[in-house]
Amino acid sequence: MLKDEILLKIEKPARYLGGEVNSVMKEKEKIDIRVAMCFPDVYEIGMSHLGIQILYDMFNRYEDTWCERVYSPWTDLDEIMRREHIPLFALESQDPIREFDFLAITIQYEMCYTNILQILDLSQIPIMACDRTKEDPIVIGGGPCTYNPEPIADFFDLFYIGEGETMYRRLLDLYKEYQASDMTRAQFLHEAGRLPGIYCPQLYETSYKEDGTIAAFTPLYDDVPAKIDKEIVTDLDAEAAVYPLAPVVPFIKVTQDRVVLEIMRGCIRGCRFCQAGQLYRPLRERNVDELKEYASAMLKNTGHEEISLSSLSSSDYSKLPELIDYLIEECDRKKINISLPSLRIDAFSLDVMSKVQDVKKSSLTFAPEAGTQRMRDVINKGLTIDDILGGATTAFQGGWNKVKLYFMLGLPTETTEDIEGIAVLSNEIAKAYYETVPKEKRNGKVQIVTSTSFFIPKPFTPFQWAQMNTRDEFLEKAHIVRDAVKSQLNQKSIKYNWHEADVSELEGVFARGDRKLCRVIYGAYKKGCIFDAWSEYFKNDIWLETFAEEGIDPAFYTTRYRSDDEIFPWDFISCGVTKAFLLREWKKANQETVSPNCRMACQGCGAARYGVGVCREPKAGGNLSE
Amino acid sequence: MKVRIKFSKYSSMIFIGHLDMMRYFQKAIRRAELDITYSTGFSPHQIMSFAAPLGVGMYSNGEYMDIGMDSITDAEDIKERLQAQMVEGVDILSVTILPETAGNAMASVAAARYTVRFREGYEPDFELFDHLEEYYRQETLPAVKQTKKNTVEFDLKQAIYELSWDKEKQEIYMLVNASSSGNVKPGFIMEHIYHYLGQKPSEFAFVITREDTYTEDADGNLIPLDQITA
Repeated sequence: MLKDEILLKIEKPARYLGGEVNSVMKEKEKIDIRVAMCFPDVYEIGMSHLGIQILYDMFNRYEDTWCERVYSPWTDLDEIMRREHIPLFALESQDPIREFDFLAITIQYEMCYTNILQILDLSQIPIMACDRTKEDPIVIGGGPCTYNPEPIADFFDLFYIGEGETMYRRLLDLYKEYQASDMTRAQFLHEAGRLPGIYCPQLYETSYKEDGTIAAFTPLYDDVPAKIDKEIVTDLDAEAAVYPLAPVVPFIKVTQDRVVLEIMRGCIRGCRFCQAGQLYRPLRERNVDELKEYASAMLKNTGHEEISLSSLSSSDYSKLPELIDYLIEECDRKKINISLPSLRIDAFSLDVMSKVQDVKKSSLTFAPEAGTQRMRDVINKGLTIDDILGGATTAFQGGWNKVKLYFMLGLPTETTEDIEGIAVLSNEIAKAYYETVPKEKRNGKVQIVTSTSFFIPKPFTPFQWAQMNTRDEFLEKAHIVRDAVKSQLNQKSIKYNWHEADVSELEGVFARGDRKLCRVIYGAYKKGCIFDAWSEYFKNDIWLETFAEEGIDPAFYTTRYRSDDEIFPWDFISCGVTKAFLLREWKKANQETVSPNCRMACQGCGAARYGVGVCREPKAGGNLSE
Repeated sequence: MKVRIKFSKYSSMIFIGHLDMMRYFQKAIRRAELDITYSTGFSPHQIMSFAAPLGVGMYSNGEYMDIGMDSITDAEDIKERLQAQMVEGVDILSVTILPETAGNAMASVAAARYTVRFREGYEPDFELFDHLEEYYRQETLPAVKQTKKNTVEFDLKQAIYELSWDKEKQEIYMLVNASSSGNVKPGFIMEHIYHYLGQKPSEFAFVITREDTYTEDADGNLIPLDQITA
C-alpha cells in the first residue's frame, strides 16, 4: 500500500486502496495466473465500465486465475510515483503490475492512448512490445478501439478482437504451457496469434504505397491467419456468458454509481455514422426472466440505490414493457431509483418516465443527429420530424418542459441548409410547446438545449470512406448554428452548446490511423501528454509539434479523399459486417437513400454468418441472404 | 423507532471520508435488508445521521450513527446482519434501540476521547513527555482559533477535560470538548503542545484514534453515546 503520507496528500485516496465490497481476494500461492485488468483512465471512469465487471467476474470464477484491477493514477499521484519510483500496483493485492502474468487493457476511446503508455511506464514494463522478455507480463488489449489497433500496435503483445467471454480460457491454458516449458516469449506470442480472435501485431508486416496508403498487410508466417475474425457470444443466456451478479461497489462516487443491466448486444438500426451499431452485430437479446433475476440479485448484492439498463437502443428490446413493469414494482418496494437510458420518445416511454421520474425536473432527450430530413436520410437515422414533434407534443401535454437535442456537424454531403436546420428544428419544438400548452398551464418557458458534436468517421462504418472536416470548418459550422439559433422566433427558449474541435481532430486521426502513428503517440507522451480525454490536460500544441517532428501530416488521416478500393489499416479484421456491405451503404448514403432496419428486412451485411439473434427472426419485409 | 449504531474505523478505511462513509452505510443497510425508514418523494433517502464526522486519516473505536427504522427485530440481530456486510476496516461494535426521548446523535455529542501516537519516523526528537505535566498544570492555555470569518482567542484548558500519557508506550490520551459549540480537534491540541515547547510538528506526525464519543447525562456526567437510558 502507498505510504500514509502519500495517501493523506493526494486527492481521493480511495482510488488506490482496493478493499471495496465484492472485490475479490485470493491466496496467491494457490494461483497460476494473475491478471491485471486495466481501464486506462481515472478510477471513477474505469469503475463505471460494464465490460471490465463482466471479465473480472469471469476470470475470478477460474480457480487457477486471480484477476485484479488497475486504473490510471490521477496526475497528483502520477507525479509522486515518478519522483519516488513507486511501481504501479493492482488494487486488490497492492502488488506491482510488472509481477503479473497478464496486463489486460480495455480501450474504449482513442483519447486514452497516452494513458496506456502511462500505465506501462509507471508499471516499469517496456513501452515497446518488442523489448519485453519472459519476465514481463503479456500486454493484451481489448474493446472497441482494437477494431483498428494499428496506431497502438507497437505497444501491445496481443489484441483480443471481439467479445471477451469466448477465447480467454484457451489463451490462459496456452499461457500455462508457456510458463511450464522452455517456450520463448516469441513462441508463445506466435501460438497465441493463431487462436481465433487473437491478433499479434509482431507477426504481421505492412508495406505502403508512395502516397502513404497501404499496399499490403501480410502475416510473416504461413501458419498465422491473414484475417482475424471477431469473437462473439452466440448465446447470451448460456453458462459461458454469465453476468456479474456481485459487481464491486466503490467507496467513492463513480460515474456509473448504480446497477447496470445489459439487456442486449448489437443494434438493428444501422445508423451510418455509428461504429458500435456495426461492430456488435447481430442484435442478441438476453432472456427477460434471467434479467429479472439478475436485477434482483445485483441490487441485493451491491446495495445500490439505482438501476439502469444498458444497450445501444433499449426501445428495440422485444420484452421491454415486461421488464420495466417488473423493475418498477420491484424498485418501488425497495425504494430504488430507475434511470432509463435514452428511449425512443413515444406514448409508452413517456408513460414509463412519468412513473419513475419527477416530470418537472427531468428532461426529454432526442438525438435527431441532423437538422433536415435529407441529412437524416443520408445518415440513415430513421427519425422523422413527425416522430420528434409528435413525441415532444405528447410530452408537453404530460407536463415536461425541458428538451435536450443532440446533433452532429460535419456529416458527409452536409449543406448550409442542413446546418441551419438544427436551429430550425429546435425552434419547431419550442413552437410546438407554445401551441400545445395553454398559457395558464405553462411552467415557465420551454427550455431547449441543443448540442452539437463534430462528426468523426470511424472504421467499420459506411462513413469510413468519408472526408472529415477540418477544425476551422467545424468551428465555422458551429457559428452558423449559433447565428441561426439567434434568428429564430423562439431563440430565447433555445440554448446552444458545441464541442471543442481540436480534440475531435486528433480523435479523427487515431480512429482511422495506421502503425506510423505509434511513434507520434509515444513522442507526445514523452513530452507530457496524458489524460487527453480531459480538456484541462489536452495539449493540442504539443500534439501538433510532435506530428511535425515525426513528419506526419494529420490531414492524411482526416480530410483526405479515400477511393472505394483503398486498403484500410483495419481491413485485416472482420467484425462480421463485410466491406462490400459498408461500401453499398456508403453509396446509398450519397444517394440519400435509407436502408430498413434488421427487423424490417435483412440487408445482407454479413453478420448472418453467426446464425444468431435478429438474423434468425422472420423479417417483415422478407429475407435477403448473404 | 430510532437505533444507534456504534462502529470502528481502521485499516485503509481511515482514508474514506465522511460523505463516502454515509454512502457506504446506506448500501450496507440495503444489503443487510434492514427495515430502515425512508423519506417520501421521488428520490427517497434513508433516515440516517452521524454523531461527529471523523477526519480523513483518523482511526476510531467509537463512531456513532442513528438510523430510523420502521420495524425492529432486536438489537443483536441488527448488529449481526449489519456486521455481515462490513468490509475489512469497519466493525459494528454495538446496536442500541434508543428510547423515544433520546436526542439525535449529533446534537447529543459533548466530548470525545482520543489516543495520540506518533507515526513511524515522526517521533519527537525533543523531551515532549517530560514537559506534559508542566503544560497541563498551567492555569490557562491561551489559544487562537481560526473561524471562517475571523480569529478567536480562547482558553484551551477549558476544553481539555483530561490529559494523560504513557512515556513508555509513547502515547498521549485526552478527553476533550466535542460539542457543536466548543469542539476542539486533538491535532490542534498536539500542535499547541508543540508550540508551547517551541516546536512545530510535521503534518504527518500524529496517528490519532478516537476512542469513544460521549454525551452528558441528566446529572452532567459524561457517558458513551450508546450508554444512554430512558
